[in-house]
Formats: sequence, structure tokens, C-alpha cells
Amino acid sequence: MIRLKPINLTAIYVLWLREMKRFVRAKSRVIGMLAMPLFFLAFLGLGFTKMNIPGMSKDIDYIHFLVPGIIGMTMLFTSMFAGLSVLWDREFGFLKEIMVTPVNRVSVVLGRIVGGATTALIQGTLILGISLLIGFKILGISSFLLSVVFMLLISVAFIGLGLVFASKMKDIEGFGSIMRFVVFPLFFLSGALFPLENLPVWIRYISYIDPLTYGVDGLRGVLIGVSSLSITLNLMILIGFSLVMVLLGAYFFEKSEVV
Amino acid sequence: MYAIKVQNLTKQFNGFVAVDHISFNVNHGELFGLLGPNGAGKTTTINMLSTLLKPTSGYAEVAGFDVSKNRDAVRNSIGVVFQELALDNKLTGKENLEFHAMMYGLSKKERRKRIKGVLELVELTDKTDVLVENYSGGMKRRLEIARGLVHKPKVLFLDEPTLGLDAQTRRHIWEYIKKLNEKSKVTIILTTHYMEEADYLCERVVIMDFGKIVTLDTPQNLKNVLGGDVISIEVSSAERGFEIFKKFSWVKEISQHDGIINLSVERGEKKIPLLMKIEQQEAGFEIKSVNLRKPTLEDVFLHFTGKTIREKEMSQNERNKEIVRRRIMRR
Repeated sequence: MIRLKPINLTAIYVLWLREMKRFVRAKSRVIGMLAMPLFFLAFLGLGFTKMNIPGMSKDIDYIHFLVPGIIGMTMLFTSMFAGLSVLWDREFGFLKEIMVTPVNRVSVVLGRIVGGATTALIQGTLILGISLLIGFKILGISSFLLSVVFMLLISVAFIGLGLVFASKMKDIEGFGSIMRFVVFPLFFLSGALFPLENLPVWIRYISYIDPLTYGVDGLRGVLIGVSSLSITLNLMILIGFSLVMVLLGAYFFEKSEVV
Repeated sequence: MYAIKVQNLTKQFNGFVAVDHISFNVNHGELFGLLGPNGAGKTTTINMLSTLLKPTSGYAEVAGFDVSKNRDAVRNSIGVVFQELALDNKLTGKENLEFHAMMYGLSKKERRKRIKGVLELVELTDKTDVLVENYSGGMKRRLEIARGLVHKPKVLFLDEPTLGLDAQTRRHIWEYIKKLNEKSKVTIILTTHYMEEADYLCERVVIMDFGKIVTLDTPQNLKNVLGGDVISIEVSSAERGFEIFKKFSWVKEISQHDGIINLSVERGEKKIPLLMKIEQQEAGFEIKSVNLRKPTLEDVFLHFTGKTIREKEMSQNERNKEIVRRRIMRR
């Protein structure tokens, strides 16, 4: 198990700082990562604009249903990417430079989570901002602040999951498979694009083990005031998922060999 | 007490023995070399000593700390320059050093001073604010060596520090390594498969092959094992020459190969004038050319393993190709 050692705040800070510098300098990557959720938002939002959502009240148009889902999607993709970026550090050798320092691995994991969550949060907030420009209305400032809490929790959970995969993989070759067989199913199962009530029962059960389900439902609850589960319940479950994922990520990262 | 103490250190990967019960000690302030072909187990040894790999069995101590039990203390005492580059290309040279210094918990004042110092040492002061992706290969290497020194380690590991660099850059790196060993008194352990590199830099050399230590000594002593210099003489009549040369008392060994006669002698440069004094007409042959060769570590390697290091590399390459081919087939 992970031995508890004092957490090295300087190391967490410098790992976060590195992430920020890379983020600011990799503009094309940021634009690339924002492009997909924006396309989803634009085409689905416009294409289904007058559609009634099965199982939903007629007062809610599709764009209001969709925006929390797309924010969840942004958090999912950017956070998994942040967790998996350990693979790039391994590929380019920088992971060894980190691992040979006396900083304990829990601090390394925390540094990556803090850095990844910050970049994910910036991108999620950008999507929310763009949505506001195209007519999305939120309940108020408190609903925005609550949505940030949900975004953070989603992010932490999936950075943890990304770390689990990154620790188990030797190189970046498996990255595409993770995207196809893990990230996309998580996205579609979460109810980001359509209400889960319409899915066959057995698929619905699978969606209950997808943390993003609670993230998206919670975001809907705080942003537009409509959700299947209560906001509190979503929050509790998501906190649970995040904790488990972080511990798993830290555990596998600690156990993985660098070379 | 030694800077590094290694006893019966062994590493196995799924039954394959990469490092096989090696033992050696490195003195404080020594420039120590691990020499051997690719796949001899040098990098695995370095990875174990720098706590990145856990030894399968055996014991190793770096700066007085057990590498298995006291990893953090070892990590605090060492600097490592890896075989493959380990820099963040999206950061500047200075930011890379800054990152490193903060990971080691240096104070702001200390950081500024140390970073300035090491950048001067490797002559990169004017490139500090350039992104590393715009550095040349040699500059990246120098920056890594500088980084390895920022936190004032007691022991510095250099894994193939000049791999893939051109001859001129290699020379430069050698000078930096020598300079910092002399100036900062840091113990340096370097791996290389370049014989001339080990010969030029190292005070003592371990020759490794197939995970085992073949021999350990100073480069000079290793070369002396071969019995001094080799004089190769081309003569018009090899048989006559052989008869005459073997009578000289200072010839330790004589052999003949393709009309060329090889003499093993000590201080070869003093023996060539003696050869010139032979009355060639009287002796019945004519000396066409004389070549004096000082033995290199290459000859030492050949002597101990029965193969030249290049032949070793060739067979290693074949093996690597085979591994790659199998991997592709499995997909």
C-alpha cells in the first residue's frame, strides 16, 4: 500500500507550474481539444433545436439539456488526457527525471492532478462561457460556482482513471484504444446527449457505474435545475468516485516501474 | 567508506539475467567507468544504483545509503544524466533547471546561484531563455549535465553521455566532465561503449559483458596486460625477417600474418631505431614499412572476451531486430 509521507507542497506547485506553462504554450492543442465539444454543441444543438426530449418536460429545449453534457464531455476528455500524459512523459524520458528526484510519488500524483484539473477547469469554463454567448441561460452565480465544484470532481476522478491506465501501459501505442474503448463509451453512457431513461434497463445499469453519469446529472441540476437524482446525491456519489479513482491512480502509479 | 559499494548485485527480467552478481567499489571523487557493448547490463546497473529499478538480489550502497531500503536518501545524494534525453522540450533551459532545483527543495537564493553557476560551467548562459526544443543535441546534453549538478550531488551518474553526438561535440563533453570532476570533486560513474571515451576519462574501468564483470583496473594496467606495444613490420621476405627479429631479446612475442610481422614490445618508439640499424642487405630482406601501435581498450576487450566490441554490437543488433520482428508478428 501507499506509505503516507509528508506531502511536498513545493513539488506539487512546481509540477502545476510546469503544466500551466505547457498549457499556455500549446495553443494548437488547446484549440484542438475545444474544437470537438464545440462541434457537438453547435451541430447537435442546432440540429435538434425544436425536438422534444423524450422523458423530459417540454419547457426545456435541447440546447439547455445538451450544454451540461458537453461540459461534462470536455472535463472527461481533457482530464483523461491529463492523466494519460504520464505516457508522453515516459515516451520523452521526462518521467525518469521526475522519478529520480527525492519527491515522494503521492506528491507527484497530486501535482499532476492539480495541474490537470486546472487546465480542464479552464476549458470547461470556456465551453460554459461560449454556451452563454449562444443563448444558454444558467440560474445564477451560485449555480455557476456549484458547477465549478462538479467540474473539479469530474476532472479529479478521470485524471485518476487516466493515471491507472498510464501506469499499466508501457508506451503511447494504446492511447487510441483507450480513447475508443474507454473514453467514448463513458461519454455515451453518461447521458450527456440523451436522457438515460430511454435506454434498455441493462445498459442503464452499466451507466450507473460511470462517474460521468453523476457529473452530468449534477451539472444539469445546478445549471438548469433539472436532474434525475438530487444534487446532493450526485455530489456524494461523485466525491466517492473521485476518492477511489485518486487512490487507485496513486496506487498503480506508485507500483509502476519507470524503466 | 566508498562512494559506491556493490556486492553481488543481480537483476533478472522474466528469467533473463541482465546483471549477474557484480561486485565493485568506487572511491570518493573518482571518475569511474562501466565499459561494455550494448546489452552488457550497464544501464540496468545504473538504474538500480539510481533507485529506478529494484535489484533482484544483492546489495548496493550509494553515498552510504542502501539503494533498496533508503531510496529517498540515495535520491537526495545523486544526480543522473540518462542515456535518452529527459528534458521538457516545451520549457526553456532555465525553466528545466528551475523545475529540477525546486523538486530538490532548494531555496530561491540558492537556486539562482546554483543555476547561474552550472550554466556557466557548461557554457549555456546565453541560451538560458531559449526553449529546449530549439537546442542542438550537444546543447541538450550539456544542459542535462548541468541539471545533474544543480543540487550538488555527491555522486553523478552519466549513462552514455556522448551517445549520438558528433566527434567534436563529444570532445567538448569530455572536457566538461573532466573539468567538473576536478573542480567540484564529485564522484562520477559513467557508462560507455566507446573505448576511447573510457580510456580518456576514467581513472578505473570495469569491463562488462553479458551482465558480468570481465575485469576491473586502470586503463593503463589493463593495456599493460597485453604486454605493451605492437610493432608491425612489412618485409620483402617474411621468413627471413621472422628469423632475424626473433633473436632480439627485447621482442616479447612475435607472430606473422599475411607477410606482416607483429612484434610485442615495451616502449615501441624506442625500438624502431634499433630495427633501422639492421644491415638489410646482409640479412637478406628489405623493410618496406614499419607501424607502431599502442594497445587500446579495444584490444583489451578483444583479449578478455575473444571478440571486438563491434562484433558484439553486430550480434546485439541482430538480436534487437529479431525482437522487433517478433513483436510485429504478435500484433
